[in-house]
Amino acid sequence: MPGHLKVFIGMAAGVGKTYRMLQEGQAEAEAGRDVAIGYLEPHGRIETESLAAGLEVIPRRRVFYRDTPLQEMSLPAILAREPELCLIDELAHTNAPGLEHEKRYEDVQDVLEAGIDVYSTVNVQHLESLNDQVTQLTGTRVRETIPDAVLSAADEVVLVDLTPEALITRLRAGKIYPAERVPAALSNFFKIENLSALRETALRQVAEGVGVKRLAPAPTALRERREGGLAKAAAPQAISERLLALVTLSPRAQRVVRRAWRSAQRLGAELDLLVVRRPGAGEGGQAGLQEREALEALRRLASILGAHLLVEEGDDVADVAIRVARERGTTYVLMGAPKPRNAWRRLMQPALPFRLLRGLPGVDLRIVADRTLRAEAPVEEER
Amino acid sequence: LIAALLALLVGLVLGGGTMLALERRNRARALSRSSAANRIAFPFTGEDLSEPALAAALRIAHAEGATLMPVYLALVPMRLSAEVPLPAEAAVALPLLEAIEQRATRAHVPVDSRIERGRTVRHALRELMRHERFQRMVVAAGTNGVSGGVSPEDVAWLVEHAPGELIALRPAQPRGL
Repeated sequence: MPGHLKVFIGMAAGVGKTYRMLQEGQAEAEAGRDVAIGYLEPHGRIETESLAAGLEVIPRRRVFYRDTPLQEMSLPAILAREPELCLIDELAHTNAPGLEHEKRYEDVQDVLEAGIDVYSTVNVQHLESLNDQVTQLTGTRVRETIPDAVLSAADEVVLVDLTPEALITRLRAGKIYPAERVPAALSNFFKIENLSALRETALRQVAEGVGVKRLAPAPTALRERREGGLAKAAAPQAISERLLALVTLSPRAQRVVRRAWRSAQRLGAELDLLVVRRPGAGEGGQAGLQEREALEALRRLASILGAHLLVEEGDDVADVAIRVARERGTTYVLMGAPKPRNAWRRLMQPALPFRLLRGLPGVDLRIVADRTLRAEAPVEEER
Repeated sequence: LIAALLALLVGLVLGGGTMLALERRNRARALSRSSAANRIAFPFTGEDLSEPALAAALRIAHAEGATLMPVYLALVPMRLSAEVPLPAEAAVALPLLEAIEQRATRAHVPVDSRIERGRTVRHALRELMRHERFQRMVVAAGTNGVSGGVSPEDVAWLVEHAPGELIALRPAQPRGL
């Protein structure tokens, strides 16, 4: 059985992630668990070093990179020692070339697979998806990143929070970097505006992670609500907005994508694009080829917009959209104007928007209109 | 009564089958209308569109019953990974693509927009040619400070590498020259 991963995340160096990890490690050791330090980077902080006292430290290994000796975590030694819980600092670290893996989070995956629980630390700017945003916010690009999936897969994520003012006070007091590095840090990365933006990003990241985990059992909660249990009716609520745009592979659907993306930007929300294909669609012939090309174009657009493209198969768009919206914790659905339906279809089944409203109580629905159809739009021919 | 019910049932089955076939035919027609073979690519970059180039692209598309494919060329700075989301570029591209779409709709020209990314304009053009099929390409040559245009070097490169016909529009000379 794989081990349990707990990640301590913070907005920047010095907020106390390693300290908190050691505190919890000590508590586990006191509770009788076999705890060992796989890798610790105290950065010369005396408080941190003293907190590690009493915990067994698995020896590091010495490797040479371009004739420079480096001290790296020893994955083989950890696997051989096999503690119950291993503390491994700096999850985003890049290993020296020639070791088992390029990145430390890959080492951690091996440790977890060996059934060892791991506590680890990471700063929010190391998350791959936030790297670009953090660069824009702070003007500093972080080279060492981890895929977001690593954090999503963690069993627990603990936000170690500190106000920017308190962090700067710690920095000035020499508790983060040696005195000679403080002025440079203050004039570059450790500015109130940078730290405020990073703090907000870290809070949002953890809140969204919590939101996803709380929303996971949504179908059960909804079923219980339908069954009438008032006490059980406290269905999980999304913390932040999440948009779902229903798109087809027709060029007209791009209007929906554009509006959805702009709305997502205004709301600071994640955007999912959902394409529902009939089973077997796009398999052969000219129509199939064009569908595949259109899907690839949509995939590239989603990548540029930072949206998540979901392609699902199903005969009934409403059923698939309702299922996906529940799974993703959608708060807002956007769709194009539905095609006019004949009398028979109207009689047999309510229109898609009505089915979505009924199937997704509490979710906003927006039908994106074609603005070129507005009566006041001037009509002119190109000459 | 049984015969009437059977007749009704057969009628329903036949009607349903016909509707399904019609829907499939309509989908195939809709797709063939945006046929890749009859598309005119209109790549551009920057925050402004070249008005003459757009007008020309619309005129040609209208005359030939072709689909206009405006392509915003989004440039990815070298310091960023090639696959990162580009919200700043998208914020520029989407209103421009929407404006083109509205104008094309008024001119009764079908539109199928794209955003193509690349490290440079030429790289983005190469990616466009790798990903999309089109019959013609209309570009504005971007000298004399014309925004949204392609540099003369890139136009020369396109002459050699673009599949199909290339229409490069020379920018108007500034007044007084």
